[in-house]
Amino acid sequence: MTEAAVKTRPPADKPAPAVPRGKTAKNLSGHIVEIVSDSGEGAQRCGQALGAIAARMGNGVWTVEIIPAEIRPPARSVAGGSGNRIRLGSGPVTNGGNETDLVIAFNEQVLLGRVRTGELKPGCTILLESMWRESRDNRIAASYVETHDQLVVAGYKVIEAPMERECRTIVADAKRGKNMFALGMLCSIYSFDLQLGRDQIARTFGKKDASVIESNVKLLNAGFDWAESNLEFKYRIPATRSTEPQMVIDGNTALALGVLASGMEICAMYPITPATSVSHYLSAAFEKVGGIVHQAEDEIAACTFAIGASYAGKCAVTVTSGPGYSLKQEGIGLAVMGEIPLVIINVQRGGPSTGQPTKVEQGDLMTSIFGSHGDAPKVVLAPGTIEDCFYSVITARKIAETFNMVVVVLSDASLATSQTPFTRPQFSEAWLAPPIDQSEVGEGQKPYDWNPVTGLARRFIPGQPGGMHTLTGLAHDELSHVAYDPDTNERSLRARSHKLAALQKTLTPPPVFGDPKGDLLVIGWGSTKGAIEEAVTNLREQGHKVSSLHLTFLQPMAPGIKEIMQRFKKVITIEGNWSDDPNDEIIDESNRRYSAVAMLLRSRYLIDVDCWSEVRGQPIKPNSIERVLLEKLKKK
Amino acid sequence: MTIHATECLLRMHDQHHELEDYQSGVPRWCTGCGDNAILAAVQRLCRDEDLRPEKTMFVSGIGCSSRFPHYMKTYGFHGIHGRALPVAEGIKMARPDLNVFVNTGDGDCCSIGAAHWIHAIRYNMNMTVMLHDNQIYGLTKKQASPTSPRGTKSNTTPGGSYLEAMQPLTVTLGVQNVSFVAQAVDWIPEVLYDIISKAFKHKGFSFVRIIQRCPEWLPNTFEPWMQDPLRTLLLTHENGLTLSPNLSKVYKTQERHDPMNINRAREIASLQDPIPVGILYNNPNVPCYEDIHNIGQQRSTRYIKAGLEAEFDKFTIWPQAADGKIQPGA
Ligand SMILES: Cc1ncc(C[n+]2csc(CCOP(=O)(O)OP(=O)(O)O)c2C)c(N)n1
Ligand code: SF4
Ligand SMILES: [Mg+2]
Repeated sequence: MTEAAVKTRPPADKPAPAVPRGKTAKNLSGHIVEIVSDSGEGAQRCGQALGAIAARMGNGVWTVEIIPAEIRPPARSVAGGSGNRIRLGSGPVTNGGNETDLVIAFNEQVLLGRVRTGELKPGCTILLESMWRESRDNRIAASYVETHDQLVVAGYKVIEAPMERECRTIVADAKRGKNMFALGMLCSIYSFDLQLGRDQIARTFGKKDASVIESNVKLLNAGFDWAESNLEFKYRIPATRSTEPQMVIDGNTALALGVLASGMEICAMYPITPATSVSHYLSAAFEKVGGIVHQAEDEIAACTFAIGASYAGKCAVTVTSGPGYSLKQEGIGLAVMGEIPLVIINVQRGGPSTGQPTKVEQGDLMTSIFGSHGDAPKVVLAPGTIEDCFYSVITARKIAETFNMVVVVLSDASLATSQTPFTRPQFSEAWLAPPIDQSEVGEGQKPYDWNPVTGLARRFIPGQPGGMHTLTGLAHDELSHVAYDPDTNERSLRARSHKLAALQKTLTPPPVFGDPKGDLLVIGWGSTKGAIEEAVTNLREQGHKVSSLHLTFLQPMAPGIKEIMQRFKKVITIEGNWSDDPNDEIIDESNRRYSAVAMLLRSRYLIDVDCWSEVRGQPIKPNSIERVLLEKLKKK
Repeated sequence: MTIHATECLLRMHDQHHELEDYQSGVPRWCTGCGDNAILAAVQRLCRDEDLRPEKTMFVSGIGCSSRFPHYMKTYGFHGIHGRALPVAEGIKMARPDLNVFVNTGDGDCCSIGAAHWIHAIRYNMNMTVMLHDNQIYGLTKKQASPTSPRGTKSNTTPGGSYLEAMQPLTVTLGVQNVSFVAQAVDWIPEVLYDIISKAFKHKGFSFVRIIQRCPEWLPNTFEPWMQDPLRTLLLTHENGLTLSPNLSKVYKTQERHDPMNINRAREIASLQDPIPVGILYNNPNVPCYEDIHNIGQQRSTRYIKAGLEAEFDKFTIWPQAADGKIQPGA
């Protein structure tokens, strides 16, 4: 907490009404709550605050941002809803979960947006701002009434909340502050310690003056009191506070902290959603810790700038998303050919082309493995959790420098903006790389002295006396001399390829989630990990013999995967990239396109791996996965 | 054994270098190719400045001219077409202790790499950039380049090229932050050397356009200028080039031009006949990107750890102590 926040913490002499007035809280093991508003009304801040409070209560929590595609969409528009979705749990929460149980909406239009995308659970509770009913604009009033009545008919439990009116008794402009009123309501609904709410306000507004904090605390209290007196229900999600310090961050912040922790000090980038916030965070952090974010003129320059820095001894990272990743391809090939360590973070979004900038998709795996012309072997790994995002960058740098290879870290838009607590990492010196080697190179040593078995070679860094040579993207021999003869060409291709095999030998088989054998094995990668494991847990509780396997290394793949698959009767992948549905009229076994990992597993292990994918721009829900797995189990 | 970069600086032993210490291999350029003259001038410069080969970098793209680094016994980076500049920027950012040179062709720099060229001028990083302008694509066998004079017959413009030639000097001088612009011709080696030397000594992005003969695809293009020294305009100034009496006798078309005068520099830049040769612009006061935006102090493990822990603190929820109070820092 900042010092300012400590000082301005309001005195605790006005305790919150600790016992609900005449209500008993119903115990829940988990709940999903959303708050949506026009953008600029602060629903996101409210959601983040609720997530932070829940985490401090010791609850499991997973927050997902609801982001409109435009910066300032028109007010009261169906596509313009902005906010946050918070999944609360008794134990750790590993994903965004299924449909929403409770919504606070600041107008009926943004609410409609959520209804239409199918995000709300049938019959869920809706707390709807009621001011629109009395709107002087007849069309607005009519639209409100119409939507309200439709939702009631559809079975939703709609409660009209006079948030605006209540806030106006405290502040002149309710637009700024309604979110804290809503936060107060939520603290009441979930029986959260109101003091934590006040602390959170102090933390959020710590830099502003005390009057801002004071009025927000008043709004918080008012929301709490209103809910206590006017709502019939109240919940409690029992929590156990962790004994270890926890960090609550989103995936992009975790990636950025991973960059810091890996000791990398140069990040070259060009702004692109949803990757940019990695560099925003790094830009500020580097100013304190040392290091630079270079905002290049385009992604080609960002990639080649990073290559130059890496070549010169400071392993660099470049951060991007789909379209930018495509632009980097020629540079990637150069780094592969020159055997220059390079870390590339690709926070995937919907593609192809400009696609869906803010939406999640796992569509870049194949281009990551096979991208760039010719045979360009590189390492691809994908974090499955927000915690993984942090560690994967450290691992990536280590591999990049040990094997002189390009390492691609594939995150996605879902991990990028979701938040969940994880154990605060314990700093290790091993994360950092040794200083640049400037020792003299002995007589007769060669810049590409490929080990005949592993393909590995030492690398000479500018400044090393005796190591002078010209690195080239042309075919070259051990001396880095341009060489077009057939033997040298094959020898160098073999060396670059064998480095992947050498890395593969150091990997261990991934652990199976569930029993080591059974009827169905589900394989996934990246951000779907939590949802898949939750689905598998539920099915196992129902007695099904289902297990799952999460792949962190996509290239090379860890050993032992074939043996694991062979212990199951059926294998299916669940992925967020396109695959043809075998039930579609024109699709048959001879033309069906499989999703990425399924295709890789089929070709590598000659096992009949099926796949199911969903490319709707939303994280895949555990209950969708359950449904698919049940069907797969039933099929002969 | 690993030796720290700074430590290595301290261990600088005074070593003297000869020309052959910078020569590597036999250049494979055509006989009479202007690139040979540029190579000779640069090798001489390295020797005269006694540049340590291991601390010197030649970065290039792709093209005949981009073969340059292979013929230098220094560190070299022969990368991909058009991207020499961003590679060189990355190198310089990571290692300001290195002498960085860039060799790039008119296709490499002015066509495929044009965006990087414009921005490299803005960044003004300390490096010496030689544009080997033969007004043609050499390596890919005679296609028109952006600097080909209108009417140039090439394999893609058999009836003569359609567009007016781009003027690299005027483009460069039009970009904010420009700090050093010069023009040389490969056939006056003495002046070529002097210009590259001045460029090297300028702190910032030193851009030298070298008009380079390509006898293979455009034979005799510059013959009229070589035959008639009066068609070369030599720029002289006490802050620019000073000519030897011999040269002065041959090249009588001269102008005293103050390299701080950007307006006159822009006028000179657009001259095509006579060909201006000399230093058009030299402003030592433009800040270098790597001086205003850099990694900062040497980062020790302790320093990184402290910074990282402070960042972690921002996001940490501390476990509750036994008395129910949240621990400080929560
Ligand atoms: C991406 C890409 N496109 C095209 C080429 C083919 N190519 C190689 S060199 C070159 C042009 C060379 O012209 P210039 O830069 O003027 O150099 P010169 O050979 O004249 O010295 C081209 C088009 C390439 N190597 N890479
Ligand atoms: S083709 Fe032209 S530029 Fe290339 S080496 Fe020959 S003369 Fe020089
Ligand atoms: Mg050329």
